[in-house]
Amino acid sequence: MSAVVSLRDVHKRFGQVEVLRGVTLDIAAGEVVAVIGRSGSGKSTALRCINRLEVIQSGTIEVCGHAVHDPALDLRVLRQDVGMVFQSYNLFPHLTVAENITLAPRRVKRTPRAEARSLAEEALARVGLSDKIDAYPEQLSGGQQQRVAIARSLAMHPKVMLFDEVTSALDPHLTGEVLKVMEGLARGGMTMIVVTHEMGFARRVADRVIFMHTGLVWETGPGQMLAAPQTPELKDFLAADL
Amino acid sequence: MHYRFDFAALEEYWPDFLSGALTTLQMTAVATVLGLVIGILCAIGRRSPRAWLSGLCGAYVEAVRNTPYLIQIFFIFFGLSSIGVRLPVLAAAILTLVINVGAYTGEIVRAGMDTIPAGQVEAAESLGLSRAQIYWDIILRPALERVYPALTSQFVLMMLASSITSQISAEELTAVANNITSITFRSFETYIVVAFLYLALAVLLKLAFWGLAQALFPRRRRLGTPL
Ligand SMILES: Nc1ncnc2c1ncn2[C@@H]1O[C@H](COP(=O)(O)OP(=O)(O)OP(=O)(O)O)[C@@H](O)[C@H]1O
Ligand SMILES: [Mg+2]
Repeated sequence: MSAVVSLRDVHKRFGQVEVLRGVTLDIAAGEVVAVIGRSGSGKSTALRCINRLEVIQSGTIEVCGHAVHDPALDLRVLRQDVGMVFQSYNLFPHLTVAENITLAPRRVKRTPRAEARSLAEEALARVGLSDKIDAYPEQLSGGQQQRVAIARSLAMHPKVMLFDEVTSALDPHLTGEVLKVMEGLARGGMTMIVVTHEMGFARRVADRVIFMHTGLVWETGPGQMLAAPQTPELKDFLAADL
Repeated sequence: MHYRFDFAALEEYWPDFLSGALTTLQMTAVATVLGLVIGILCAIGRRSPRAWLSGLCGAYVEAVRNTPYLIQIFFIFFGLSSIGVRLPVLAAAILTLVINVGAYTGEIVRAGMDTIPAGQVEAAESLGLSRAQIYWDIILRPALERVYPALTSQFVLMMLASSITSQISAEELTAVANNITSITFRSFETYIVVAFLYLALAVLLKLAFWGLAQALFPRRRRLGTPL
């Protein structure tokens, strides 16, 4: 089993605060991993280190053969392989849906305009929003905006996708439509790391669940582990969550 | 007190008035474009993590915004000539305008850039866009859209302030008017005409900026969001 994402003893500090205290983790091609844990346990930070939105202090991170910890790494090459979707969508408000999606292919990969447009159509079809291609973000619901954000990522054909609590800003109805899109991606073989509070999604869709606690991978196992937690910390976390 | 208006005395000077107005317009157009470029560079410089660069840009902005424009004109005009640089008067006048408006524009543009949420920059970074591409596509364009009204009224103010360059005899509208009054002694009439010409120029400028906005900001046009 060759790992697509592999973290070895990763330490990350913000000033004096050590947020990741030696995270080690391997994720295989096509694997869907749900990351759960309390607020402040370092889930977002771990995710952000993987595409180097944060720089780590020690340890190694390899993603699709790129040494992320290497300061000399060409970030543009790394980020073509890694897509990321955020809690707050972060669509570009002054651009149409099509322009949001085609911006990176055109700028980064120099895809011709017409070809980029068909990339956008293809990506929007996958998230079920073909009819919104010429809308502006403010004309869409939160759930639709988040699906566009997913499409924007998909259009770069990433090998790994990172999701950071992408449904936390949505009401339950809209959460469902976004989770359905993600489930479709998972079934399509995408390698996904999903930070989430949706225990149902973790149980049902994830191949593996990772429970983070105080900056460490505390417990890890298949979805069933949520039914039979081994550590008291996970037990507490699950009890508080229900 | 009874004053008899005599606009007829000014009739033969129409071509002079118009050429003065045209010069003012040309100065304004050039200084708007160059001032915007300086302002954008200055805003980027002030946001730079390099302390020397942001300090330098900050010093420029504060120096310009806290000294009278007339003094800046003399400083640049006489300063240049005393170090042996001889510029044509019009070029010198435009240079003072650019330096002046660049500082004000810099502050306005920076305020606009500061409203762009960090999350959008991070989204662009994770898509693989370069620093320069992010500045252009994600920060600058929406920032300019946001501060467009402040920006354009700054340029109108600059057009009006260009009147002061008559002090170094740039042949713009005010200088032309000064010449005409010294020949005709019809000061009141002359400055009434000049005031209306400035007003007309201001309206013209605002119309041009409005048209430009229609072309530059398609979202505003589509969604009917007022500027
Ligand atoms: N840029 C930063 N500067 C300083 N401290 C930070 C920064 N980002 C995160 N932290 C701190 O690091 C810790 C872990 O944050 P992180 O966002 O990774 O937690 P999380 O597990 O994602 O929590 P949540 O469920 O609330 O999103 C927190 O204590 C947070 O305050
Ligand atoms: Mg988080």
